[in-house]
Amino acid sequence: MIGLQHYLTLSAMLFVLSIAGIVVNRRNLILLLMCIELMLLAVNFNFIAFSRYLGDDTGQVFVFFILTVAAAEAAIGLAILVVLFRNRRSINVQELNTMKG
Amino acid sequence: MNLTDYISAAPEITLLGLICVVLIADLFVDDEHRVMTFWMSIAALALTAWSLVATAPIERVVVFDGSYVSDPLSQVLKLTAVGFVAIAFLYARDYLRANDLHKGEYYLLGLFGLLGMMIMTSANSLLTMYLGLETLALSLYALVAIDRNNATAAESAMKYFVLGAIASGALLYGISWIYGVTGTLKFDEIATAIAANPDLNSLPLWFGLAFLIVGIAFKFGAVPFHMWLPDVYEGARTPVTLYIASAPKLAALAFTLRILVDGLGGLQDVWADMIMVVAVLSLLVGNVIAIAQTNIKRMLGYSAIAHVGFILLAIFCGTDKGYAAALFYTLTYVVATAGAFGIVILLSRRGFEAENLADFKGLNARSPWFALMMMFLMLSLTGIPPFIGFLGKLNVIDAVLSSGYAGLAVLMVIASVVGAFYYLRVIWYMYFEPREDQAVLQASTDTRLVLSLNGVAVLALGIVPGWLWTLCTQIALSMR
Repeated sequence: MIGLQHYLTLSAMLFVLSIAGIVVNRRNLILLLMCIELMLLAVNFNFIAFSRYLGDDTGQVFVFFILTVAAAEAAIGLAILVVLFRNRRSINVQELNTMKG
Repeated sequence: MNLTDYISAAPEITLLGLICVVLIADLFVDDEHRVMTFWMSIAALALTAWSLVATAPIERVVVFDGSYVSDPLSQVLKLTAVGFVAIAFLYARDYLRANDLHKGEYYLLGLFGLLGMMIMTSANSLLTMYLGLETLALSLYALVAIDRNNATAAESAMKYFVLGAIASGALLYGISWIYGVTGTLKFDEIATAIAANPDLNSLPLWFGLAFLIVGIAFKFGAVPFHMWLPDVYEGARTPVTLYIASAPKLAALAFTLRILVDGLGGLQDVWADMIMVVAVLSLLVGNVIAIAQTNIKRMLGYSAIAHVGFILLAIFCGTDKGYAAALFYTLTYVVATAGAFGIVILLSRRGFEAENLADFKGLNARSPWFALMMMFLMLSLTGIPPFIGFLGKLNVIDAVLSSGYAGLAVLMVIASVVGAFYYLRVIWYMYFEPREDQAVLQASTDTRLVLSLNGVAVLALGIVPGWLWTLCTQIALSMR
């Protein structure tokens, strides 16, 4: 029988995976954006699992809001990425280092 | 839902409606008459301020099925935020015009950000809070990248975006745990659930709380989640930095107070420790690293981190006195920081950013009046009487002492003394170094007037602070 704890474990694994992806990835900014999306999906998983467990719809409503905001966030993130690429001709994470101190 | 709901949310509804009007009207304005957009935005802010005053509730009103609250805290923070956004627009106008950046986007994104701040300030549920936060954050990411031919600005926008998105993710993960444990998203229901069932106050809830603290620390720019702040302050164009440095701090305060006090007040002994660690680290790291800076925007960024340490230590006390001190400190800090960035903008001109400390050398010879204003602002940030910054620090130290943490109070005094070095260095440069930059300061009369008022305000408030402190105390008492 699959219970709440299984869902929570899966979501925690996805969350940790996304953090690991952000920390380990040192080359491509697009991969970073994908990791951020994965993080939000892990959160959604948590919300739906809790919502089902509690028998309360609020969690599912929250998921719709997160999905909407995630879409807006991806749009802005990619727009900034385009601006960055036009100025730098590169989307390498390691080259984001002109400011120091 | 009934009429009371809409009347309580009238300021936000007014602002949203007016933003749409400005957005459409801006399409029909050509670049030469772009100043029209500025005046329309100021008019929108004035109408929003009027609707805030007109609908001011006498006591706490919770509407929209418990998702939205209108109380003295939200009223004062919203009015102040509207005021500082207007000041930011005014300081920005001449700079943007001189640097070919005078587009409607600055004002519109600023207004949308203000809408986000107002929603955050009035949020009574974690969902409302999240939506307000994202409205603000998405506007700010775009604002930082507004100068699209500037590689540094694009880089800092990217850093801000990535770190901000990670913080939002962590915050949401925390929210999902709080929801799972308490079964609700509304702050008052969370508080009741925890009070009714002490068993809830256990590991799963603390786990969620830890992630919420990460989100709070990030939004405030507190150590160890401060990495974005100096880079964004330095990389963004100065008017954008001014905007980010002023009003959003008020929203961050509301964010913290609503979540930690309104919602999770029952867990105070748990979150106090986490907040203390973050606050002490901010105080030390901010003040020490600021000394090594040569770029004034970056220096003020690290100084912001140090000031956040003070605000968080006041919240850490967990007493009404502490909350009043946090509010007082934030309000007065924002006055001084807006003025300081205003002076940085004033010294800049076409193709020249006065962002290095060396650009302040000999300012007294160029403009004795604005050198005096900058001295007022720097002394206020240092915390020297009779300027208002001194009373802000004094109130926080007093609150910490009356909660019985003498060690922390000593630490705060030491950190302030260390911090004095880099503020006083600016004054030294202005008065005792020969001038390097020969250009005459250019600014329109209204900017000069407001900037002067801003500088004088830190002195005037410091001489008659009683009413502001009374107001902050009343608000702190009305919070629960």
